[in-house]
Amino acid sequence: MALAEDTLVGRFTALMPSGVDHCSMRHMTETSEQLLVRNGVVEPIHTSVDGGVLVTVWAGGGHGYAASPDTSEAGIQAAIERATLWAHRTAGVGAVSTPPVADVSGEYHSTIDSPWASTSLADRVDMLRRHEASLRTDDRIVDSHASIANRTIETVFVTSDGAVVHQSQNHVMPDMRVVAHADGMTQIRSFGGFSQMGQGGLEVLDRFGFAEAAPRLVSEAIELLTAPNCPTDTMDLLLAPDQMVLQIHESIGHPLELDRILGDERNFAGTSFVTMDMFGSFQYGSPLLNVTFDPTVDGEMATYAFDDEGTPATRQHLIRDGVLERPLGGASSQRRADMDGVANSRSSAWNRAPIDRMANLNVEPGDQSFEQLVGSIERGVYLETNTSWSIDDSRNKFQFSCERGTLIEDGELTTVVRNPSYRGVSREFWRSLSGVGDPSTFEVMGVPNCGKGEPSQVIWVGHASPPCKFSDIEVFGAES
Amino acid sequence: MDDVATYTDAIATFATGLLQGDEVLLASFDGERSDFIRFNGAKVRQAGSVQQLSVDLDVSSGAKHATATLGLSGDRAADEAAVRAAVESMRQQREVVPDDPYFLYATEVTSTEHVNAGTAPAGDTIIDTVRSEAAGEDLVGIWAAGRQFSAFANSLGQRNWFESTTFNLDWSLYLHADKATKEGYAGFEWDDSVFAAKVATQRQQLEALRRDPVTLSPGDYRAFLTPSAVKELTDMLAWGGFSLRAHRAMDAPLLKMVTEERSFAPQVSIREHTAGGVAPNFQRQGFLRPDAVELISDGRFADHLVSPRSAKEFDVPTNGAGDYEAPTSIAIDPGTLSGDSMTALGTGLHIGNLWYLNFSDRANCRTTGMTRFATFWVEDGEIVAPVTALRFDDTAFGLFGDRLVGLTDTSEVLLDPLSYGARSTESARLPGALVEDMRFTL
Repeated sequence: MALAEDTLVGRFTALMPSGVDHCSMRHMTETSEQLLVRNGVVEPIHTSVDGGVLVTVWAGGGHGYAASPDTSEAGIQAAIERATLWAHRTAGVGAVSTPPVADVSGEYHSTIDSPWASTSLADRVDMLRRHEASLRTDDRIVDSHASIANRTIETVFVTSDGAVVHQSQNHVMPDMRVVAHADGMTQIRSFGGFSQMGQGGLEVLDRFGFAEAAPRLVSEAIELLTAPNCPTDTMDLLLAPDQMVLQIHESIGHPLELDRILGDERNFAGTSFVTMDMFGSFQYGSPLLNVTFDPTVDGEMATYAFDDEGTPATRQHLIRDGVLERPLGGASSQRRADMDGVANSRSSAWNRAPIDRMANLNVEPGDQSFEQLVGSIERGVYLETNTSWSIDDSRNKFQFSCERGTLIEDGELTTVVRNPSYRGVSREFWRSLSGVGDPSTFEVMGVPNCGKGEPSQVIWVGHASPPCKFSDIEVFGAES
Repeated sequence: MDDVATYTDAIATFATGLLQGDEVLLASFDGERSDFIRFNGAKVRQAGSVQQLSVDLDVSSGAKHATATLGLSGDRAADEAAVRAAVESMRQQREVVPDDPYFLYATEVTSTEHVNAGTAPAGDTIIDTVRSEAAGEDLVGIWAAGRQFSAFANSLGQRNWFESTTFNLDWSLYLHADKATKEGYAGFEWDDSVFAAKVATQRQQLEALRRDPVTLSPGDYRAFLTPSAVKELTDMLAWGGFSLRAHRAMDAPLLKMVTEERSFAPQVSIREHTAGGVAPNFQRQGFLRPDAVELISDGRFADHLVSPRSAKEFDVPTNGAGDYEAPTSIAIDPGTLSGDSMTALGTGLHIGNLWYLNFSDRANCRTTGMTRFATFWVEDGEIVAPVTALRFDDTAFGLFGDRLVGLTDTSEVLLDPLSYGARSTESARLPGALVEDMRFTL
C-alpha cells in the first residue's frame, strides 16, 4: 500500500486539474503492531495496515474533498473529480471561500534510537509476559493486563503551489493496569492512565520506566483497598504530571481551539468560553502560567515539521505570564478569524479532512522542586493519574477524578486516600495556580484518543508539564 | 469495486485458498461510501466523500492464532498481495505465541443476507434544503449519508452480508453563546416535511431560549429527561455495565446489581434489541446475535453480554456480543407516563440533553455530567426560562431506581450520528424519564 514519494507526486502532478483555484493531495499510511497479555494469557498478536489519499479542490469560491484507498492513477483521478464536484456544489455557500497557500516543502521523521524491529517478536512477547506476570503477585489482584503498541504514520502532502512535504511519526504506547478487589472494594492502578507514550522506538519504554512499574502498581492498588476515602473539603491541590495532562487538555487545549471559537464544533464537541476579543488581554491564569504550542519537543507525541495543511510548525506561546496570547488555529481558521494562530490543522486518518487540533500543548516549567511544592502546602492533597473527566461544552465547569491521592499536612505527604475528585471552573482554577515545578519535575506525555469533529476524528496529542499547585480547590471523595 | 459483496466474497475465497493444513480463516469486512456535509452558520464548512473498505483477518491453527486488519483499495491484485503477505505474517506470528485458551469461533455454518435499501437526497439538494428550511437561523451540524456494508466469511463456508443505505442529519440551531436547540433526523427515506416540522419545533424552543436564563443553585431538583438525555445515561450503563468480562474483573458499574442485589425501579426493563436496530446481526467470530438479549428485567439484572472470548474464559454460552461486550441496539421498554412532558414535570428541570458524562464513582454507578442544549426551568407545566449549564453527580441506582417517577409511554429511535473511523451503525430506542431529586453540584 505504501507508495514511493516520487510516484505519488508524479501521479498527482500529472492529474492536477486545470481551471481550479487550488488543489492538494495527502497520502497517509498507518501501520501498527499491538501486543497484549491479560491475566497470564497472550492475546492474539494484531497488526494493521491502512492508507489512502485525501484530495482537496478549491474552485469558484467553493471547496470539497474526496478520500479514496485507491492510489492508482484511476483512483486519484476519480477522487479529484469527486472533490471538484463538491467544490462546485459548495461555491457561494461556503463558510470559507479563500483558498490556502501551501508552498513550502520539507520533511520530518521521528528520532528513533532503538528501532522496534531491533528485538524479535518473540522477545517482545516474552518481555510483555514477564511484566504482566509481575502484576499478578497478590491474590487480591483480580484482573491485570500489560500491552505495548508500535505505530508508524507516514504522510506525503503535495499541493498545486508546488509543495511536497514528507513526514513520518513513530509512536510507542505502553500500558499496564491492575484491578485489586477485597471485601467488596475495587481499586485500580494504571501506568499513568495511558498517558505515558511518545515518539521514538523501544527507548520510549525506558523513558517511562515500563520495566520497573509493575511492583509499584500492585502495591499501590492493594494499599488503596484499605485507604480512607478522600475527605471533602476546600484545600490546596498538587497535581502530578499524569493528571496535569488531562487538566491541560480539557481546560486549556479545547477552549483555545479556534474552530470551536468560530463555532464549527457547537453541534458536537462544543463551543468555548473564550472569545476572540480576549486574545492579547485576558488573564487566563495566574502569572505563573506559561503555555506553549511546541511541535519541536523531541519524543513528544505530536512533534512534526508541518501540519496537514502544509503550514510549517514552530513553537509559540499561547499563554504568557497568565495572559492569553494566541489560539490553537490552523491556516484555514486564521483566514476566517483574521488572527494569527499555529500550525495545528490535523487529520486523524487518511479519510478525514484536517481541522484544528491540539498537537504538543505544554505547561512550561517554573522554579520549584517537588519538595518545595509539597513543603509549601499546609493542608492539601497530591493527586496522581486521571480516571474520570467531565467538562461542560463551553469548557468551564469541570469535575475530574484520580486513581490515587495522598494528603499533604504541614508540608509533608502523609495519608494515602482513595477515590479523590475535584471540581472547579476553568478560569478560576488556572488563576489559583500558586506553584509550578522546575525543569527537574517536567514530564513529557501524551493522549492517544482526543475526540472531536464532524465527521468524528480521534487523534493523538502531546502534553508536557511539571507538577502544579492550585490553592483553595473543592476536593471530595466517592461513596465507596 | 462496484459490487462490494462480490468483491469481499472473492477476497475471502482467495484468502481461504492460501490456507495450509488445519488452518482456519475468519474474515470480517466493513466499508462505506459516504457523503459528509458539515454546516456552520447555515453555510457549508466542509463537504466531501469517503470510500473505504477494510478486512479483519484471523488465521488460526488449533488454538494458536493471530489477527490483522488491512485497508483494501479495490485493486484486486494489490489487495490479494496484501492479504497474502498478511497471512504469511500471521503464520510466523503464531510460532511465537502459546495456545490461546480463550479462542472460540462459530463452527456451525449459518449464512445470512440483510439489505436495508434506502435513498437519500444528493449533496447539492440537501445543501439547498437545509439552507432553505433554516433560513435566518444559525444552523450547525453534520449530514452523513450513503451505503454502509459489513460482511463475515470463514473458511468453513459461512457468508454473512449486511448492507444499509441511510442518512443522518444531526444539527443544532443556535441563539447565542451556548443557548441552542438540538435535533436529529435519520433513516432510510428522506421526507422534507419531517425535517420542516423538526425545524419548526426548534424555532418555538428558540423563542423560549430568548428569555433571560436562570442560574440554579446546586441541589436536588425534579427533572424530566428527554430520550436524548436518557441515551447519555444508558451510554454510561453500556460502558462495562453489561459486560461479563467487566463483571468478572469486579470493575463493572452495575456489579452491585449482581453482588449486592441493588436494583432499578420495577418499571425499568433494558434489552439489547438487535432485531429493532440497524447494526449487523453477526460478529467477528461468526456468531449470530439473537434478536434480543434481556439485560435488565423489571429492574433486576437479567443477563450479561458475552463475547465468544468471555464465553470460553468463563465457561458460559456466548450471546453474540462483540469484543467490548457493549450493546449496539439498546432499548428500554416504555412506561406509563402519557401526555405532555412539561405537564408531567409540573415544576422542575426539563433537560433536553446531557453532555460529557463520566463515572465519578464507578462502583456505585455514580455519574457526573452537564446539562446541554434546550434545558428549561418549568413551573406548573410552563417554561419559565432557560437554565445556565448545570453539573449533575448522581447514581443510576437513584435515577433509574428509587427516584424514578416514571417512563414515558412512547419511545424515540435514535440513530448514532458518530463516525469515528466510519459511520456508526449503533442505535437506541428509549423513552423519556421523570425523576425526583436529581442531584446537581455545580
